[in-house]
Amino acid sequence: MDTINDEKPRVVLKEHKIIPNMPTRPTIFDDVFDIKVFKKKFSVVIVRYEHYEMEFDLIGIHPSLVNAFRRLILSDVPSMAIEKVHIYNNTTIIQDEVLAHRLGLIPLKADPRLFEYHTDEHADYMENDSLEFELKIKCTFNKELNNSSYDLYKNNNVYSKHIKWLPKGNQSKLLKGIDVGPIHDDILIAKMRPGHELDLKLIAVKSCGRDHAKFSPVATAFYRLLPDIRLVQKVEGEAAERLQKCFSPGVIEIEKNVDGKQVAKVKNARYDMSSRNVYRYDDLKDSVILSKVQDHFIFTVESVGAMASDVIFKEAVHILKNKCLSLLEELQN
Amino acid sequence: MPIAQIAERDLSSEKSKTFVFQDEGHTLGNALRCVISSYPDVQFCGYTVPHPAESKMHFRIQMNKGQAIDALKRGLEDLVKICDHTLEKFDEEMSSYKSDHNLVT
Repeated sequence: MDTINDEKPRVVLKEHKIIPNMPTRPTIFDDVFDIKVFKKKFSVVIVRYEHYEMEFDLIGIHPSLVNAFRRLILSDVPSMAIEKVHIYNNTTIIQDEVLAHRLGLIPLKADPRLFEYHTDEHADYMENDSLEFELKIKCTFNKELNNSSYDLYKNNNVYSKHIKWLPKGNQSKLLKGIDVGPIHDDILIAKMRPGHELDLKLIAVKSCGRDHAKFSPVATAFYRLLPDIRLVQKVEGEAAERLQKCFSPGVIEIEKNVDGKQVAKVKNARYDMSSRNVYRYDDLKDSVILSKVQDHFIFTVESVGAMASDVIFKEAVHILKNKCLSLLEELQN
Repeated sequence: MPIAQIAERDLSSEKSKTFVFQDEGHTLGNALRCVISSYPDVQFCGYTVPHPAESKMHFRIQMNKGQAIDALKRGLEDLVKICDHTLEKFDEEMSSYKSDHNLVT
């Protein structure tokens, strides 16, 4: 009862241990790497795509490669973020350095592929390697105060929408105005009281997550193995309800069979969080086999908003490819 | 800046070598290791990042027969092919998903 005989490499999750369940046929874990075999075995399935968030399956690939893609997305795919803040005036209660740090973390709507890296620290910021913004705001008493309005002040909250883009050189032609600026316009930057003032110039540059987390193009990117649940015994009545509660919602379904009994059925194991709660019940533990498919990865990318999530993944693969190509070139010499 | 540099005491042996990759880490190291260690002529293949503060990666290949550098080249070439195929498949699936769900490309 402990093994599942099929052609997929798996680990079976037992109560206190995991058991590898390798099929007799060679899998990606013991094959000699051959691109023809890889092409035959590898497949991609797009499961969910919501522009900034997507979920897809990578099937028939070695975990080292999937992990390389994940690492590349997090720390090697570039994006734009505010790097330099020139403070001409800051009379608010928030300190200069704290303010500068907050501004750096604001996600910017700008396609990093249109820009170069600003490599020389002493060089001027040019139109092809930077974006310039301005934040000029002053808080005053609300003079039109009447009984119906409770707004005592004007501009007492500084939001990301107050950041104005200052196009450099040809930038206004190359980039359309709506495509540049903060992604969310309701990020609270500072709070002010009458007399407080901010006058800042912000310079955004291109860099990658390895340099600073603010340059990471994703909120998160992660993968997990496909879970699989098999019922090997009939679970009926009260036990079926208990079984359902052992798994994530939507995983186990309860059906009424012909003679009116409630029978548990696996509906969708994909979104199970793989808790081993079944093992708490002695009568249930032998009726189910929990396993994970070791070459089936559920990859999730949550973009911060500058680039679509599919573009981010493709960029990551491109970076790995270019890395290899430049190393090969180096080896030729 | 050198990308692949060879640090070796015994230069006579072409079979086993340690390559030093400047500005690389676990990302490339582990991916490359997984491809190269599957080759039949490779006796041992492993990588290490000797110190987390130095952006260097040491990559060792020991061969039963043949040259270590050839295995490295083959590994990199295979990795390029993997990337190409992944991109191709991903694009294919993405465009079919987009047309199925009436999304603008």
